[in-house]
Amino acid sequence: MELNSKIPAGPLESKWKTYKSTCKLVNPANKRQIEIIVVGTGLAGASAAASLGEMGYKVKAFCFQDSPRRAHSIAAQGGINAAKNYQNDGDSTYRLFYDTIKGGDYRAREGNVYRLAEVSANIIDQCVAQGVPFAREYGGLLSNRSFGGTQVQRTFYAAGQTGQQLLIGAYQGLERQISLGNVEMYSRHEMLEVVKIDGKARGIIARNLVTGELERHFGHAVLLCTGGYGNVFYLSTNAMGSNVTAAWKAHKQGAYFGNPCFTQIHPTCIPVSGDHQSKLTLMSESLRNDGRIWVPKQKDDKRKPFDIPEEERDYYLERRYPAFGNLVPRDVASRAAKERCDAGYGVGSSKMAVYLDFASAFERYGHVEVRKQGIANADKATVYKLGVAVVKEKYGNLFDMYAKITGEDPYQVPMRIYPAVHYTMGGLWVDYELMTNVPGLYALGEANFSDHGANRLGASALMQGLADGYFVVPYTLGNNLADDIRTKAIPTDHPAFVQAEKDVNDRIERMMNIKGKESVESFHKRLGKIMWDKCGMGRNAKGLTEAIEEIKALRKEFWANVRIPGEIKSFNPELDKAGRVADFLELGELMCIDALQRNESCGGHFREEYQTEDGEALRDDEKYMYVAAWEYKGDSQYELHKEPLNYEVVHTSARSYK
Amino acid sequence: MEHYKMNLTLKVWRQKSKDFKGHFETFKVSDISSEMSFLEMFDVLNEKLVAEGKEPVAFDHDCREGICGMCSMYINGRAHGPWHETTTCQLHMREYKDGDTIVVEPWRANSFPVIRDLVVDRSAFDRIIAAGGYISVNTGNAQDANALPIDKQKADESFAAATCIGCGACVAACPNTSAMLFVSAKVSHLALLPQGDPERKTRATNMIHQMDTEGFGSCTNIGACEAECPKGISLENIARLNREYIGAVFSGSKD
Repeated sequence: MELNSKIPAGPLESKWKTYKSTCKLVNPANKRQIEIIVVGTGLAGASAAASLGEMGYKVKAFCFQDSPRRAHSIAAQGGINAAKNYQNDGDSTYRLFYDTIKGGDYRAREGNVYRLAEVSANIIDQCVAQGVPFAREYGGLLSNRSFGGTQVQRTFYAAGQTGQQLLIGAYQGLERQISLGNVEMYSRHEMLEVVKIDGKARGIIARNLVTGELERHFGHAVLLCTGGYGNVFYLSTNAMGSNVTAAWKAHKQGAYFGNPCFTQIHPTCIPVSGDHQSKLTLMSESLRNDGRIWVPKQKDDKRKPFDIPEEERDYYLERRYPAFGNLVPRDVASRAAKERCDAGYGVGSSKMAVYLDFASAFERYGHVEVRKQGIANADKATVYKLGVAVVKEKYGNLFDMYAKITGEDPYQVPMRIYPAVHYTMGGLWVDYELMTNVPGLYALGEANFSDHGANRLGASALMQGLADGYFVVPYTLGNNLADDIRTKAIPTDHPAFVQAEKDVNDRIERMMNIKGKESVESFHKRLGKIMWDKCGMGRNAKGLTEAIEEIKALRKEFWANVRIPGEIKSFNPELDKAGRVADFLELGELMCIDALQRNESCGGHFREEYQTEDGEALRDDEKYMYVAAWEYKGDSQYELHKEPLNYEVVHTSARSYK
Repeated sequence: MEHYKMNLTLKVWRQKSKDFKGHFETFKVSDISSEMSFLEMFDVLNEKLVAEGKEPVAFDHDCREGICGMCSMYINGRAHGPWHETTTCQLHMREYKDGDTIVVEPWRANSFPVIRDLVVDRSAFDRIIAAGGYISVNTGNAQDANALPIDKQKADESFAAATCIGCGACVAACPNTSAMLFVSAKVSHLALLPQGDPERKTRATNMIHQMDTEGFGSCTNIGACEAECPKGISLENIARLNREYIGAVFSGSKD
């Protein structure tokens, strides 16, 4: 199949405007007859479901949590980017577009990214109108801060809980549509299959996680807003329930998977403390606005951090990247931390951590406060105390979280941090309309591959999720559904639904009947270790080749020896998890295959064979300037399709933050 | 900080579903690290139960970083356990010492029926929000975000109320199982903003009406909700809700 990205013709700045004014529409009477299924209720799903409900479509929304408000978007901390230029620091739609393309190491589509930058300003307007309480200045206007990979202040935030506030805004909009009867909500439901009729996505099979019963649901279109697959690594900053299942089922029904190996390893997370660890916790990138990252200059330095004098500290990001300093993009910061730790300069008991130090911020803010309050001859303690108060207001919840997890007081000693899996840029391949290559099947937010290339910039995930849900899909869906207005709702006793339900049921029964010895958790941990060691921050051909075989063997073992307690027709979290891990065991292999074919380093994908003398990523635009879209062809069989990336406006160059 | 290992006795509520009678079951867990989170200790217990061919304890959890509001254990008589302003998932085992006995129950409230073991149904909260916990603005109708300056103090207060995670600890902690703190947090979040003003009366009356319909108890100003709230939502919000409600009722606003 030829991949058609459907990017509209014309100059970059007018593509979306032209599309919007020429796309097909569905009239209100017809909208009432059209049913839409939305899977997932994070920022993308909740905003899409609410907007489509407002427009008059009949929407069914699904989430596996007990309430749509719990989706993992809620945990996003730092902020959301928008090209508002409220700070008058030279920001513009073009600059946000350019930063995102460059940050993604020139592996994203120009057309999609420009549209994202264009609608970013509308998102902030929309959220403020909904009552999202963003941080404000004393004059009553919105406040901004900086994030990695940019030189302007365009990030809007609500303390360290921006994702929570945005999601609550979208969730309230969704609940309003539920109360109006435009959206029907199915909580504690998990999608387990896409139903296709005549080649089009026409519904899903979902499992009621309380009763264990399978249900059939029809939709003229199906929107997957199911987030990323970072949990394939077992340890990640994702929620425990975050999974690839919906996207993977879609993939096996013919939807191509784009750039599966592009994973974001976030530089500032609380380090692993032991084998018991079930998840990793992020310390927002916004902390790099005020925190300085360092390790001792001396190997295996046993002194306490505050006993190490200034001249014996190596602020390695400031040293290596003077132009961006501590605010280099995530992939760069993560690799730099790994490099220092691998070289033996790491800190803490595991030696796999670096310091994130706020001492200079306490002092700097303290002096500002002293001046503001007109305190003459303030002593050091007063300056420190006032500085701490300022930092507390900005990041208090993050400092509290750090203290609870580690038992250390980050106001007294520097935080210890280490990179961890955070986000997946890869996902279902979609065209400009966010539709996969399966007609009627869409992917929004982190579930698609489209906007972040090989590395996502901080505060851009929230932007993309809401852009897709509020401002893109409401237009693009109509353009396709306009041709579908004559299609009546298909009854769910149609043979395609019956067969799909049977397939799902057979798979669950097969899994339950293994009655082996090893727990689901144990298999997940073993998969995670293979992925982290061989398909993590550094990858090489030898490791990837080994990983593919190891994953195949592990998958075989899983299907022969997994033990799932309980019953199928009941509330059974072990069974839910087993299905998700079974899918991760297939996805992991594809990620390694993808990483192995991409013989270059770009963004979060760092192939050790391809680096410059000073350890920077070495891209190969000649050979790899394409989206790798993988087609499922049967067990362990994947065919690569290439969508070439044509840059019409931006000139690609070696990405430098020096 | 010194790390240590401990052996513990757990008394955990087991209940097949809301239609079955529940009971406490006693478990021993050993070699628990002081660095574990409370839920990681439960992971250890469940792994042990699976290995022994028994049914693991069902409990709700997701983000494990204190923000999704899904985890919900009543630990030694306190919602989310002993730490101030802390969810169950953020409680860490350094709180306990070798030989301790810990009693773990689900949220107990008629409006939160038990689904299984420690898992309860909190969909009543969603229905309360659906009754009016929003600002009616359709996508695409917004003016420029900075067109309407908002007093920083008001915005900050609104944010403080909006940090509610909807976990239900307030209900579980209240002897009356009142949901007033939850409802008041939402009403305050929106009432403190100019955008929330047009619907303030119907919002307060409709949400209160739904709260009563769901069977939550009445507020008698005990304050256990505030004391146990993992996000530090203040009782002042309940005072504000009362003012909003009375104002709405006496001005003759109907739902």
